[in-house]
Amino acid sequence: MAHEHKLEIFRGLVKFKSNIQKIWGVLVFLTIVTAVEVGLGITKPEFLTKNYFIGMKLLNWIFIILTLVKAYYIAWDFMHLRDEKSALRRAIVWTPIFLICYLIFILLFEADYIYNVFKDGFLAWDF
Amino acid sequence: MDTTVTTGTEESVWGGGNRPLNASYGKMMMWFFIVSDALTFSGFLVSYGFSRFKFIETWPIADEVFTHVPFFHGNYPMYYVAFMTFILIMSSVTMVLAVDAGHKMKKNTVIWYMFATIIGGAIFVGSQAWEWATFIKGDYGAIETKGGRILQFVNAETGERAALRDFSTALPEDRIKHESNAGIWYQKDGYKTSFSLNEVIEGFKASPNILIRTETINEEGEKTLLNRQESLAKLKDASLVVEGANLIRNEYGSRLFADFFFFITGFHGFHVFSGVLINIIIFFNIILGTYERRGHYEMVEKVGLYWHFVDLVWVFVFTFFYLV
Repeated sequence: MAHEHKLEIFRGLVKFKSNIQKIWGVLVFLTIVTAVEVGLGITKPEFLTKNYFIGMKLLNWIFIILTLVKAYYIAWDFMHLRDEKSALRRAIVWTPIFLICYLIFILLFEADYIYNVFKDGFLAWDF
Repeated sequence: MDTTVTTGTEESVWGGGNRPLNASYGKMMMWFFIVSDALTFSGFLVSYGFSRFKFIETWPIADEVFTHVPFFHGNYPMYYVAFMTFILIMSSVTMVLAVDAGHKMKKNTVIWYMFATIIGGAIFVGSQAWEWATFIKGDYGAIETKGGRILQFVNAETGERAALRDFSTALPEDRIKHESNAGIWYQKDGYKTSFSLNEVIEGFKASPNILIRTETINEEGEKTLLNRQESLAKLKDASLVVEGANLIRNEYGSRLFADFFFFITGFHGFHVFSGVLINIIIFFNIILGTYERRGHYEMVEKVGLYWHFVDLVWVFVFTFFYLV
């Protein structure tokens, strides 16, 4: 079995001496990201909730991006995708991403349409 | 892998000799499972998004729903979920450390790290059970209207939520219990609330400092507060008292919210539970020296993948259920 580990994270910005050190480093990073998320969720800064980008609050964009960042480090370092062959990595990552993006696109558009029907249609639903 | 049949075909591609993408059979199959399970979970989460976008103006605000921390009273939104997230990430870390020790064939280290992982998983499942219990029990109580909308109560002076017990008056009335000998045999009595609808309505009329809050979210991102006249008018639509949450109705707002909460966190909790069971099996195998004799700890790596996947799913559930 291949035991070599790639010990760089942040595109080589941080390089660890051993695999164990890297694991703790990633834990620290994930904890910081979670703390930032919870902090923002509790304080809800006004400039982030008042401003929108493509129909969604900036705050929610931040949450989703930070979640993807966390997912990346869990998959790359904890599930050691970083050490796998790139073809395996791509097959594992891009297949779901493609399908999920498609699903999100379809269902959220449909939901928004139904919302508008409820809102503007000549039909009372809160009677 | 090395444990499979060793015949002359070992070296040929179609004889199972080589390992495609340098991943062993077991690891590859674990990845197949993880990818398909990831799609299952995203199906759930996207359908949650569907329902939420459909009722975007009336969806419950998660910080107002999950405000409890065990052994503490008061309003602490999200702290406990953050703690649960941390526990799960932490148990992921001990799992990677176990895998790493396995590569170095350090049996005792693997045992201790696996033990820590199991404990972390157990704490998480326990926390989730507590979270469910709190959610099912409810805290303030609400009124459901004929249209199926939820009306909650707010104290006008403090601006804080008012529980039904804060203002409802006890009336001298008896609740008729539905019994099978006097009613329809296939119908159940239903759940009993601490106050009847009349008691809540009378209590509301008698306390001028209580206002009604509807499900509609206003421009500030808060639930709309009605004034006293509007509240009294709205109360005419009241049809029943709701306390806590179940699959049919819940006091926090949209019923779908509770349904998705039970379904998604339940499905995830079941994954954690089975993960803990698998970890325990592997734990005993390590103690018995199975992998020492086999010559490698790849099994730990494979359950490790599953365990990290459970953590990965939780990261998304956390975001879409509690944060966004």
